[in-house]
Amino acid sequence: MSERVRQTEPILIRGGHLIDPDVGINEPRDLLLDGGIVKAVDKPGAIPATDADLIDASGQIVSPGFIDMHVHLREPGYEYKETVATGSMSAVVGGVTSLGCMANTDPVNDNAAVTQYIIEKSRLAGLANVYPIGAVSIGLEGKQMSEFGEMYEAGVVAVSDDGMPIMDSGLMRRALEYARMFGIAVIAHEEDLCLCGGGVMNEGLTSVRLGLRGIPSVGETAMVARDIELARYTQGRLHVAHLSAAESVEMVRRAKADGVQVTAEAAPHHFTLDDTAVEGYNTNAKMYPPLRTPRDVEAVRAGLADGTIDTIATDHAPHHRDEKGVSFDRAAKGIVGLETMLPLSLELVRKGELTMQRMVEAMTIAPAKNLGLDRGTLKSGAPADVVIFDPDYRWTLDAAALASKSNNTPFDGWDLQGKVSRTIVGGRSVWEDRR
Amino acid sequence: MDETSGHRHLLGLEGVSAEDIQLLLDSAQKMKEVSSRDVKKVPTLRGKTVINLFLENSTRTRISFEIAAKRLSADSINLSGSGSSLSKGETLSDTARNLAAMSPDAIVVRHQAAGAARLLADIVDCPIINAGDGGHEHPTQALLDLLTIYEHKPEIEGLTVTIVGDILHSRVARSNVYGLLTLGAKVRLCGPPTLLPDEFRALGCELFYDVAEAVRDVDVVMMLRIQRERQGGNYFPSLNEYAHYFCLTQEILAEAAPDVIILHPGPMNRGIEISSGVADGPYSVMMNQVANGVAMRMAVLYQLIVPGAGGIRGSSLEVRQVEAVSGSSDSVEKEAAG
Repeated sequence: MSERVRQTEPILIRGGHLIDPDVGINEPRDLLLDGGIVKAVDKPGAIPATDADLIDASGQIVSPGFIDMHVHLREPGYEYKETVATGSMSAVVGGVTSLGCMANTDPVNDNAAVTQYIIEKSRLAGLANVYPIGAVSIGLEGKQMSEFGEMYEAGVVAVSDDGMPIMDSGLMRRALEYARMFGIAVIAHEEDLCLCGGGVMNEGLTSVRLGLRGIPSVGETAMVARDIELARYTQGRLHVAHLSAAESVEMVRRAKADGVQVTAEAAPHHFTLDDTAVEGYNTNAKMYPPLRTPRDVEAVRAGLADGTIDTIATDHAPHHRDEKGVSFDRAAKGIVGLETMLPLSLELVRKGELTMQRMVEAMTIAPAKNLGLDRGTLKSGAPADVVIFDPDYRWTLDAAALASKSNNTPFDGWDLQGKVSRTIVGGRSVWEDRR
Repeated sequence: MDETSGHRHLLGLEGVSAEDIQLLLDSAQKMKEVSSRDVKKVPTLRGKTVINLFLENSTRTRISFEIAAKRLSADSINLSGSGSSLSKGETLSDTARNLAAMSPDAIVVRHQAAGAARLLADIVDCPIINAGDGGHEHPTQALLDLLTIYEHKPEIEGLTVTIVGDILHSRVARSNVYGLLTLGAKVRLCGPPTLLPDEFRALGCELFYDVAEAVRDVDVVMMLRIQRERQGGNYFPSLNEYAHYFCLTQEILAEAAPDVIILHPGPMNRGIEISSGVADGPYSVMMNQVANGVAMRMAVLYQLIVPGAGGIRGSSLEVRQVEAVSGSSDSVEKEAAG
C-alpha cells in the first residue's frame, strides 16, 4: 500500500471519545491525520482546523482501525466465494483497516508468487491493508515445510496451515524453531484429526439428539497442550487460532504465566453462540472448531477479559449459498464475520464482561503485535488507520446486504448494537455509513 | 410431527405429544384389519401420489411403505440413489424441488444424512415422512415398535424397556427413546461406553454396560443391529468380543420379566447381538413388528395426506377416529372425501 501515491487531504476528527490502548488514552480527544500518518492528538478544540477536512465524531468513539488477523479472502482460486476486493470492502465496512489472510487458497499461498499476487490484488482494491499469512507446509499437506524466508521477504507476516491442523508434531516443532529466524508466529488451528475426524459439530447433548457426528473438545485441548509444550521447548512464537474450549483457555493462561511465547485469539461466534445454535440443522452454525457449550462460551469471555485471549479475530470464512444449502454433514464449514465483529464484541462490553478499552485493545494493538505490524495505535507518526463508531446505534443485520460476496452468517435478522460510521485507511476515508 | 411451510410432516418423534402418538397407534390398529382381508385394499388414498425417495439402501422399510401406499390405493413411485439424477450430481434439494413440482401428496425420504428430512420439509411444498435420516430419527420404526409393544402389554406407561446395542449411531434408538418416554415408559440403554453416549442420561434414560443387569426384570428388550463396519472404528475390538458381552442369549433373558417380549428392527446378525434361540424363541415378536410396519405406515400416510383426517397440527393432533377404515370400502371413501 505504501507505494501507492495518493494525495490525501488532512483530516481533523473532532468531538469524539478517543480510545487508544497502546498510548493509554481513553478520553475526549481530537485527532489530526495528514500525509497518511497521525499528526496530532490533542484536547477537544485544541487543534486548529486550518485546511483540514472536518469530521464530526461527537457522541462516537474514535480508535485505531481494527486489525483482523484471521480472514479467508479466498483469492486466488475461490473467487466465487470472495475476492481480495470484496473481502477488503467487507473489512472496511466492519471497521477493519488491516487484515491477515490465510493461506488455504488455490493455489495455496506457500510461495512468494501467490503472496505477491494477493498483495497486488489488495493494492488494486485500495481499501484495507492486506497481510498474507503463508502456509507452514507445501500445499497444506502437513509434510514438507514451505519456504518461510521467501514468503517472508515477499510480505507474509506469519505462517499457518489454518483449516488443516498440523498433525505431525515433528513438523510443528521445526516450524516453531525455524520461524524464530524471522520473528514470526506460527498460527495453529488446533484440532486433532484423529479425535475430530468425521465430526461436524460439538460433541454433546445437541449432537447426540440431532444424530450428528461429534467433535470432542479434547480434540482441541490435546493439540493446544502439545503446541504449548512445543513452544516452551523451542522458544518459538505460537499463536493459537480461534480458541473455543474452556480447558484451552486455562492452558494458555498458565503458559503465559510461565513465560511461554504464546498468544491467542477468539472469534465472536465462539463468545456469542453455543452449540444449540445448530438446532434445526442450521448450516450457518457449522464451523471448525465448532460452537461449544455455555461453559466454554463463559470461559472464552473470561479469557478475553483478563487478556489470556489477547485478540479478537473473526475467522471470516465466506462460502457460497450452494455450499451451505445442503445437508449439515456435507455443508461447508465457517461463517463470514468481518461486518459483525464490532457489534458482537460490544455486546460483551454492554454485559460488563469486557471494558471498552480491553475490547479495542483486542481488536487493535494486540493483533498488531502478534503479526509484528507497526499499526493498531494512534501514536504520533503511526499510519493513519482510524475507525469511528457509534457503540449504541441499533440496527438489524440483513445477510443479503453484507458487503462480503457471501452471506453465510448465523446472525441474519439479529438486532445488533454498534456500527462503524467511518473507516480511514492511510489517512484516506475509504468507507462512510451514509444512513 | 411438525408443521413447516403449512404442511404436516413426520420428521421425528422428539417433541411429538402422547396424544399424537396414541392417535397413530389407534389408527394403525384399524389399518391392520385391511391387511387381514382377502382383498387387501381400500380406496382411501385413491388418486394420491406418494414418492418413496430412498437414497440409502433399504429393503424392508421401502417395501413396507410401498405396500402401505398400495393398500390405501395411492400411487407410489420409488426412487433410489443410483439410477436417479442424484447419481448425476444433482443435489438433494434440487431433486426434491423437482419431485415437488410434480405435485405428490407425500414424499417418504430415507437418506444417510441426519437432518435430510428436515431439509426437504423446509424447501418443498408437501408432507414429508422421515424413513430414516442418518443417525437422527426413524419415527415410523419406533411407532411400529410402540404398536407391537402396545399389542402385547396392557399399556405402555409404567413399562421398563431396555434397548441394547449401538446407541450412538442408532436412529431407531433415538426415536424409540422419545416415543417410549413420552408414553411414560422407563428406558434403559445398554452397550459398550464407546457406543453409549452419557448425554442420553440427560434425555431421561438409564445407562448400563452389563446386559444381564440391563434386562433384569424388564418388560421389553429391543435389540439393535450391530453394524459390522463399526469394528473398524475401534468402537469395540472385535465382533467376537462384542458378542461375548452383549449378545442376548436365553441365559441372559432369564433375568427379564417372565412375560418379556423381544424386538429387533432387523436385519439381525444371529450370534452377534442376538442368539438364534432367542430370535426364534417364544418371546420374539419380530414378525409382528414387520406386519405392524405396514399398518403403521398406512396410518401415517393417511393422517398426513387426508386433509380431513384431523391432521397433525403442531404438537397436538385433533383426534379423529378412523373407524371408517375398518368398515366398508365405500364408507372409507366418503370419510376420506369429507
